[in-house]
Amino acid sequence: MIRYTVGRLVSLCLSLIVASMVIFTVVEVVPGDPAAYMLGVNARPDTVAALRAELGLDVPKVQRYLDWTAGMLQGDFGRSYTYRTPVSQMILDRMVVSLPLAVLALGLTILIAFPAGIYAASRRGKLGDAGVMGATQLGVAVPNFWFAMILVLVFAVNLRWVSAGGFPGWGNGIWPGIKALILPAVALALPQAAILARVMRSSLLDMLGEDFIRTARAKGLSRRQALWRHAVRNALIPVLTIIGLQFSFLLAGGIVIEQIFYLPGLGRLIFQAISSRDLIVVESVVMLLVGLVIIVNFAVDLAYALVDPRLRVRA
Amino acid sequence: MSLPRTLILGALLTVLFLGGALLSFVWTPYDIELLDIPNRLHAPDAVNWLGTDHLGRDILSMIMMGARTSIAVALLAVGIGMGIGVPLGLTAAARRGSLLDEVIMRGNDLIFAFPSLVIAILITAVFGAGAANAIIAIGIFNIPVFARVTRGAALSFWSRDFILAARVAGKNKARISVEHILPNIANLLIVQGTIQFSLGILAEAALSYIGLGAQPPTASWGRMLADAQTLASIAPHVALIPGLAIVLMVLGLNLMGDGLRDLLDPRIRVART
Repeated sequence: MIRYTVGRLVSLCLSLIVASMVIFTVVEVVPGDPAAYMLGVNARPDTVAALRAELGLDVPKVQRYLDWTAGMLQGDFGRSYTYRTPVSQMILDRMVVSLPLAVLALGLTILIAFPAGIYAASRRGKLGDAGVMGATQLGVAVPNFWFAMILVLVFAVNLRWVSAGGFPGWGNGIWPGIKALILPAVALALPQAAILARVMRSSLLDMLGEDFIRTARAKGLSRRQALWRHAVRNALIPVLTIIGLQFSFLLAGGIVIEQIFYLPGLGRLIFQAISSRDLIVVESVVMLLVGLVIIVNFAVDLAYALVDPRLRVRA
Repeated sequence: MSLPRTLILGALLTVLFLGGALLSFVWTPYDIELLDIPNRLHAPDAVNWLGTDHLGRDILSMIMMGARTSIAVALLAVGIGMGIGVPLGLTAAARRGSLLDEVIMRGNDLIFAFPSLVIAILITAVFGAGAANAIIAIGIFNIPVFARVTRGAALSFWSRDFILAARVAGKNKARISVEHILPNIANLLIVQGTIQFSLGILAEAALSYIGLGAQPPTASWGRMLADAQTLASIAPHVALIPGLAIVLMVLGLNLMGDGLRDLLDPRIRVART
């Protein structure tokens, strides 16, 4: 287990290093000097040079990369070019929207997908199975941003159950905040739930064909008992990987959904930063998202090995 | 043996959109660059079968032109993925366990770890919004998919007798990969290609929805939805129709992919009977 963990840890660090290099390189080739952009076309060359020095843009690129990564390791993401506030604070302010949104969406995904997948597997080949599978086919094909628009149209414009967008903040209590996140979370969750339900079903069907299920049936368990006591738990292993991947997808996918609901999350931050050439913010937010994805995958791998000793040997 | 029903339905939907896109090169019901403000936001009727948008443009014509954009972007992105991913996968399989194999597979893992949407946004933001950059952004994420599928499938053939025979005949690994392995895994690649094609359609729609895909006046479904967003409450059809077009196109491709897999994979065929 220790060897496995160390191995995964090395590959985690390598991934993070390569990812930071890729992101830095991509962002640094942005056409246009941020300083010149901020001061406008009529700025005098010496003013631009002064601002470049102030923003630290006159430092060689390699040095800037090293400063950036060293800073991030200490939780210092630098200062925004446009707002002159610490990037870490800006990210933190937005995370209180984006993270609960992703968690809520993941919860909904699981809440929909598990019963649907288990039901379909237990009714294999029957009408119920075909119905669930048809619904998931449709769910996979629906773009989440379009689904979000429909939800707004139905629940905010016509039924007036919730507001069409915006975020009241957590200061007024938990409920108003959650209420503002419900529609976006449903929009994010539905297509993901369709994928997860399919994985759950096929993983469960694989398990139902295993010998230990036959044994369980032979010792007198009913089909239903064998399914719940033995198959479901074993079927969760591949399902867990997908959930890990989906969490990162939900966090990143929120970027588009946040735009539709006017939520002040990471998505809004990244779009504003791109349009104002606030490179350091772009770099840091993208790095944060990529880093989170890599770390979540790492955690899933470890969780696996803890649950299933067979995997430690194979790796 | 009869064709799977999903394959027929999927192929019909796909042909419908492909046909519409091709037809748009020679004919659309109306010129989409023709603005007709007095007739804006008309609901579907006998004159404009799918109604008109906020600038009075015929939505059916826009959908046909948009299909062209979606299909072109997704198809080229699949092309990039296959063109680079398949040779990488074949190489990795031929040199199994070598340093090259390791580097290729780790590189794949790395690309997989990136949230694709974020990177697509980054690429289009850095290199400018537009169809070409959308193709590259989507295409990059197709590379590891094809590399993995190719490697996995190719590995299972390297231990087969007919490959051994080819080696005895003096063919080198590259020639064996191209002449013997590739034809054997072609089915699998076609199925995967269909799936990536449908994912590409969704990705293109998302990118052009947030304004990073094809730029006006090029019609695209995502942009039609973005334009429709504030009008959905007054004229729901402007928001419903482009979305339905995306859903039907993606559904068609997915059904076709599933059907093709059933048709081409003999193991499933046996299991069914």
